[in-house]
Amino acid sequence: MALYSEKVMDHFTNPRNVGKIDNADGVGKVGNARCGDIMKIYINVSDDGIITDVKFNTFGCASAIASSSMATEMIKGKSVDDALELTNKAVVEALDGLPAVKVHCSVLAEEAVKMAVKNYYDKKGISYDPSKFCEGNCECCGEH
Amino acid sequence: MIDRIIYADNAATTKLSEKALNAMLPLLSDEYGNPSSLHSIGQFAKEHLENARAAIAKAIGAMPREIYFTSGGSEADNQAIRTAAYIGRKKGKMHIISSKFEHHAVLHTLNALEKDGFKITLVDVNSNGIISPDDVAKAITPQTSLVTIMTANNEIGTIQPIAEIGKICREKGVLFHTDAVQAVGHIPVNVNSMNADMLSASAHKFHGPKGIGFLYVKSGIPVFNLIEGGAQERGKRAGTENLPAIVGMSVALEDAVNNLDTNAKKQILLRDRLIEGLSKIEKSRVNGDMDNHLPGTLNMCFEGIEGESLLLLLDMNGICASSGSACTSGSLDPSHVLLAIGVPVEIAHGSLRLSLSEHNTQNEIDYIIDTVVKVTAHLRSMSPVWEKITNQNVE
Repeated sequence: MALYSEKVMDHFTNPRNVGKIDNADGVGKVGNARCGDIMKIYINVSDDGIITDVKFNTFGCASAIASSSMATEMIKGKSVDDALELTNKAVVEALDGLPAVKVHCSVLAEEAVKMAVKNYYDKKGISYDPSKFCEGNCECCGEH
Repeated sequence: MIDRIIYADNAATTKLSEKALNAMLPLLSDEYGNPSSLHSIGQFAKEHLENARAAIAKAIGAMPREIYFTSGGSEADNQAIRTAAYIGRKKGKMHIISSKFEHHAVLHTLNALEKDGFKITLVDVNSNGIISPDDVAKAITPQTSLVTIMTANNEIGTIQPIAEIGKICREKGVLFHTDAVQAVGHIPVNVNSMNADMLSASAHKFHGPKGIGFLYVKSGIPVFNLIEGGAQERGKRAGTENLPAIVGMSVALEDAVNNLDTNAKKQILLRDRLIEGLSKIEKSRVNGDMDNHLPGTLNMCFEGIEGESLLLLLDMNGICASSGSACTSGSLDPSHVLLAIGVPVEIAHGSLRLSLSEHNTQNEIDYIIDTVVKVTAHLRSMSPVWEKITNQNVE
C-alpha cells in the first residue's frame, strides 16, 4: 500500500504555483523549521477583491508540499472572502485523503492562506474580525 | 522512467544471500523435523540446529552453549537487559547505564524498567558520534548492575570503544551488554576481546533471513526467561525453533565473516566516493567520525530541506534510502541519534542515511550522487528555509 494517494503524489512531484511574488499584496508564513514544516503563501488581489495570482514556497514533507500546492489551486481566482472559508478538511478531501499523522500539514495550508489574507487586509487598511484568525500560539506555528 | 532499483538501505535490512536461501529451502520442505522429537527426522533437525549454533559461536569467539536463538535483535536486547535487571534486583543493585543514542529496543526496555523502580543513566554521546569510556566509568556506582552500549550506531554508523568500556565494567564487577546488530558480519566481532558478557545480533542485517537473531550470554550468567514453555534453548527461550531461519542465519554469518575484509574494502571505497560527491553540495555535513565507522553506512544532513521529501523523490528515481526526519518517524521530533550528537533540530530534519552492501557498484554510486544533487537543488528552490539561509549569507 502506498503511503500517499495519487493526488498527493501528483501535487508533490508536480507542485502547482511554486515560487514567489515580488511586492505581493499579501504574504502569509506559518510553521517552524524546528518542527519540520514552513509554508509561505503569496497573493495578489485585484481591486474587486479577487485573488489574481498566488504562489507558494514550502519546506516540509511530501504532504506539506502537496497541501500547499492544492490550497493555492483552490483559492486562485476566488475572492479573498472565499479564500478565508477554505478549511483544512477541504484540502484533505481534494487530495483524496492524508494519513492521520499528516493532517497537520493541511492545517498549516489553511493557516498560511488566512495569514496571507490577513496581511493583505493589514496592508490595505481593511478592517476585519481578528477572531477569524489563528493567534499564532499553536504548537508548531511559532513563527507567525 | 527508471528501469532499476538501487538498494542503499542495508542498515534497515539486507537481501538474503543465495547460500543462505539454498541452505534453508530443504528445511522448508522435506526436512521438516522438530529438533525436540526423538525420531530420526527430529534428530536430523537437532543436528542442523546444533551445527548452526556451533558455527555462530565460532564466528564471534564464543562457546556453542553461550548462544541463545531469539526472534531477532530486539528480543535479544530485551532478554539481555532483563537478565541483568533480574540479577541486579536480587542483589539490590537497581542502576543501569546506557547511552542517549541506543536503539529503541534498548531505550524502551530501560523506560519500562525505570517505571519498575530502576534508576537509568544515559551517558552523553560526543559530537563525533563516539561515547567516551571515561563518561561510562564516571557513571558507574556500587548500585550499577548493567552497562549496555551499542557496538555500532544504526543511524550514523560510528563504532564505539567497546573493548575499553567492557574492560572498565569487568574491573568494576558490572555486567556489560552490547547491541551488536549493526556490527556482526560487518566488522570483526569477538566477545572475548570486546570483554562482553552479553551481545545481541540479528540475521537480516548480514544477508540472513528476517525474524531470527541470537543472544550471546557468557557462561555462568543465569539467563532470564522472557518466554515460558518448553525446554528449548536449555529452558531459556521456549517455542519450537525456527530451524530454516536459524540455519540461514548461520550460513549467512559464516559467509559474511569469511568475506569480511573484501566486502569492507569494497564498501569503504564506494562510501568514500559518495562522501566526496555529496560533500560538494553546499551546506551539507557528514554525521559521525568517519575514522571509526562501519564500512557501508553514511549519514549526511542537507540544510534547507526535509528528509521525507528527499526520500520520496529518491525513491521515484529508483534509489532506496532512509532518513532520520520527524516525518519518517511519525513524531514531531527528528532522530534521537542526531539530536544526541548535537545536530540542531532544524538541520536534523534534512538527514539522509545511505547504507551500502558489497552488491552496490561504482555506477550506482555515481547515479546516487547525481540524483541527490538534483533533488536537493529542486527542494531547496521551493524552500523558504533555504531562502533564509542564502539571504543570511548575502547579508
